[in-house]
Amino acid sequence: MRPLTEEETKTMFEKLSKYIGENIKLLVDRPDGTYCFRLHKDRVYYVSEKILKLATNISRDKLVSLGTCFGKFTKTHKFRLHITALDFLAPYAKFKVWVKPGAEQSFLYGNHILKSGLGRITENTEQYQGVVVYSMADVPLGFGVAAKSTQVCRRVDPMSIVVFHQADVGEYIRSEETLT
Amino acid sequence: MGRKLDPANKVKRGPGRKARKQKGAEAELAKFLDEKKEPKRLSSRARKRAVKRTQVPKKKEETEEEKPTKGFTDENSEWLKPVKRKRPVEDIGEDSDSQWEQDEEEEEDGGLGQEIGDPEMEEEDDDEDEMVDDYGVMEESSDGDEDDGDEHSDGEDLLPIERAARKQKKLQDAMQDERDEEQEEGGSDHVDEEDTVQANIDEVGTFTFPKDEKHEKEGILPLDLKSIYQRIKGNVEVLSDFNNRREEGKDRADYLSLLKEDLCTYYSYNTFLIEKLLEIFPLSELIDFLEANEIQRPITIRTNTLKTRRRDLAQALINRGVNLDPLGKWSKVGLVIFDSPVPIGATPEYLAGHYMLQGASSLLPVMALSPQEGESILDMSAAPGGKTTYMAQLMKNTGLIVANDASAERLKSVVGNIHRLGVTNTIICNYDGRQFPKVMGGFDRVLLDAPCSGTGVISKDPAVKTSKEEIDIKRCAHLQKELILSAIDSLNAESPTGGYLVYCTCSIMVEENEWVLDYALKKRNVKLVPTGLDFGKEGFTRFKHHRFHPSLRLSRRFYPHSHNVDGFFVAKLKKFSNTVPTTTVDENPEQENNPASSETPAPSGDAPSTVEKTKLKAKKQTPSKSDTDNKKTETNGNPAKSITKKSPGPLNKKMKMDGKKPQKFVKKEGAAAQQAEKTGEKKEGNRFEKKEGKKKWKKPMKEKRMGNNKFKKFKKMGQKAARA
Repeated sequence: MRPLTEEETKTMFEKLSKYIGENIKLLVDRPDGTYCFRLHKDRVYYVSEKILKLATNISRDKLVSLGTCFGKFTKTHKFRLHITALDFLAPYAKFKVWVKPGAEQSFLYGNHILKSGLGRITENTEQYQGVVVYSMADVPLGFGVAAKSTQVCRRVDPMSIVVFHQADVGEYIRSEETLT
Repeated sequence: MGRKLDPANKVKRGPGRKARKQKGAEAELAKFLDEKKEPKRLSSRARKRAVKRTQVPKKKEETEEEKPTKGFTDENSEWLKPVKRKRPVEDIGEDSDSQWEQDEEEEEDGGLGQEIGDPEMEEEDDDEDEMVDDYGVMEESSDGDEDDGDEHSDGEDLLPIERAARKQKKLQDAMQDERDEEQEEGGSDHVDEEDTVQANIDEVGTFTFPKDEKHEKEGILPLDLKSIYQRIKGNVEVLSDFNNRREEGKDRADYLSLLKEDLCTYYSYNTFLIEKLLEIFPLSELIDFLEANEIQRPITIRTNTLKTRRRDLAQALINRGVNLDPLGKWSKVGLVIFDSPVPIGATPEYLAGHYMLQGASSLLPVMALSPQEGESILDMSAAPGGKTTYMAQLMKNTGLIVANDASAERLKSVVGNIHRLGVTNTIICNYDGRQFPKVMGGFDRVLLDAPCSGTGVISKDPAVKTSKEEIDIKRCAHLQKELILSAIDSLNAESPTGGYLVYCTCSIMVEENEWVLDYALKKRNVKLVPTGLDFGKEGFTRFKHHRFHPSLRLSRRFYPHSHNVDGFFVAKLKKFSNTVPTTTVDENPEQENNPASSETPAPSGDAPSTVEKTKLKAKKQTPSKSDTDNKKTETNGNPAKSITKKSPGPLNKKMKMDGKKPQKFVKKEGAAAQQAEKTGEKKEGNRFEKKEGKKKWKKPMKEKRMGNNKFKKFKKMGQKAARA
C-alpha cells in the first residue's frame, strides 16, 4: 500500500473528472475528516485517514481491501473505474442518463443503452461524455459514455446506441471475483 | 449469467423433499383405493385429520361434564373454549386412534387375522368401533356424493344395478391390485406387517418390541419408512411413560437403541449425531427438531438502512410482485419473502445494495453485539459479510470494522457485499483468526462467529447429517477455544463503551458452545452478560456430567422447531480486565502432568505488598511468550491500552488436553476457581511472583524480545512511509 505517484494521480483524476467534473474537490476535501487515495496491488482505494492508519497494522499480503475500491491501473498504466466507485460517482455526477424500466435489465446484463430504452438524459450532454446511469426510480445502476450528444439523440432511430456500457451493478454478481 | 446464482430459486417451501415424495405416493394410493367402500387407507395426515374430526364432539361432551368445576356454562360455551390438553397427551390420543384404524383396515384387508384373546382388547375394540363408525359415516356420505358425481359424468342412464355392478368390479380390481402388490413385496413382509400390526395395537397399551430376527431382517428387506415412523412414535410414547408401558424384560437401553436406529434410518442421520441430539433434546422435542430440519427456513432479507428504508424497499419489492412481510417485532430491518416471481438475489434493488439476503438467525448476534457509532470492531470470521454490513449500518458507516476471514476465496464475497451495500469503514484482511491480537488489538467489540460443525443448519446443508463424527466436533471445539481466547485478547477492557465479545455458532452442540464459553470464563477475565435478545432458550448450565458456570444461562440457543430460525447459539461476554489470569487452576493439572517443571510457587504471605510493583513490572515486560504460543499480544493498535500477558505455554498444553478432560479435573477446576475468587488479590500477587521465578529458565525469551524490538522498528518505518 502506498500513496499514488504524481502521474498516477493525474491519470486517475482525469478519468474521474469525466464523470464528476470539478466535484472531485468534494471527494478530497471532506468536512468529516481527511480522505485519501491509496494504491494497493494496483487497485486504488479511497479511504479515511483514520482507517488508513490502522490498516498499516496489516501486512501487505494479508490486506484484501480497505475503504472503497475506485478502480485499478491496468498494465499499460491506464486507469479503469470499477463499479464499486459508483457510490461516490452517483451523488456528484454532472451528466446523467435515466433508463426505462424495460431496458433496466438489458443494461444490468452488460449491454449498451439503446435509444428505445432511454428515459431521460441531461441537457447539453456532449458526445463521449462520461455519464452515470440511473433507473427511473433514481437508483444508480452504473456508468458509461454517451455515444451521442443530447441533440443527436433526439433524432436517431430507436435501435441505435446512445450510451456505451462501462460498468453496471450487475457486475457484483457477474464478476464478483474481479471486483478488487 | 448472474441470475443463476440466485438463492431464491433453490429455496423450496413446505415439507421437505422426502416428505413430499411420501405424500405423493400416499396420495396416489389413496386415489387408487378411494374407489372402495371399505374403510380406506388414507394418507397419514388425512387420518389424523379424520381422527380430529371424530374427536371434536367427544371432547365437547367431556368438557360438558366438567363444566361446573371450570366455570364453563351453556351461556358462554359458544366462545369460551376449554383449555387444550397438553400436546403429548393429545398426541397419544391421535396416534393411537389413527393406528387403531389402520389395524382395523389391515385386519379386514389383508385378512391377517389375529387372535384377540384378552377382554381388555375387546373393550377397546368396541370403543374404537364407535369412532370408526362415526368417521365412516361422514366419509361415506361425502364419498357418496363424489361417486354420484362420477356417475353423472360417466353416463347418466345407468340402472342402479349396473352401477352396483360397476362398483363391485372396481372394488375387486382394487383388491386384486393390492394383493399383487403385497405378493411382490414378498412373503416375509407379511411377517413384518404382522409385527407392525402387533405394535400398533399395543401402542394403546404397550409398544411391542420387535423380535430380534425380524429386526435383523430389516437390513435386507426394502425399508418400510411408514412402519418405521409408526414405530418411532410408539417407542417415544413408551419411553415417555416407561414404568407403565414398558414390556417385561426390556429395559430402557433396548428401547433407546431401537429408537436411535429407527431415527437414523428414517431421517438418514449417522448414529453419532443422533446420539448427540438425544443428549440435547428431550424425546418429543427431538422429533420436532428432526422434522424441522427437513423443512427450509423462510428466505429473509435485511434492509440496508445506509441506502434505503424498510418501507421504501418493501414497496419497491411489492411492485415487482414479491410477497413479503416484516420479519418480526424484534427486528426493524428484516423482511420475510414468501414468494417472488423474480429471483430475489438479482433484482435491481438487490444489485443497488438496498438489501442483503440474510438468514434471520444471523441478525441476532449483531443485535446482541449492538455496535455503537465510532467504535472499532473486529469481525473475526466475516464471510460472506452479512453480519459485517449489518454492523456497519448500525454504526452508520463510522468508526472502523476489521473484517477478517481465514479463507481468501470467501473474502471475495465480503468485498462484493461491502461495496454493494456502500460500506466504507472496513478493512478486509485474510488472517487466521488465531493470530489476531498480534496483528491488531484493542478493539471495542469483537464478533466471533466461530467455524463450527453446522449442526444447526442441517436444513441448509443436509450433508451434515452423515458427515460429522466425534473427531469433527472435537476439532471444531478446539479451534473455537483457541479463537475465543484470541478474540478476548483482542478486546480492550478499558474501552468506555465496549469491551464486549459476542460468540456465536450455527451449531447446537454443547461442546462447541457452552463448553467453549466455560473454558473462556476460566481462562480470561470475562463474564457473561445478557445478550439483549428477548427470545431464545437459555444455555445449558448442566449437561450430562458437566457443570458449567451458572451465568451460562445468559447465553441464548435458537432452534429451528421452536423459533423457525436456523439452529444458533449466541452469547455475550464482557471483558472486565486486561490482565490475563493465571489462576491456580492451571497449576494443579500442570503439576500432575509434569511434576518435573521447575516452578516454585511463591510464598503467599508477602504477595499483597508487592502487587503494585509487580504489576508495573509486568506491564513493562509485557508480552513474554513461549515459542509454541499463538496468543501473543501486541498492542500495536493502541499503545495506550496495554494488555498484560503471561506466557500461556502451559495454557496451551491445558487446552489440548481439554478436549477429553476427565471429570476429576472439571470438579477440581471448579473448586479451584472458587478458591481463586475468594483470594482475589493474593492470587494476583502470587501470579507475578511466579513469573519472576520463571524468568530464570525462560532464556529463549530474550531472542523473542529482540524480535519485538525489530518489529517496533519496522512499524515505525512503516508509519514514516505512510506519512510521507
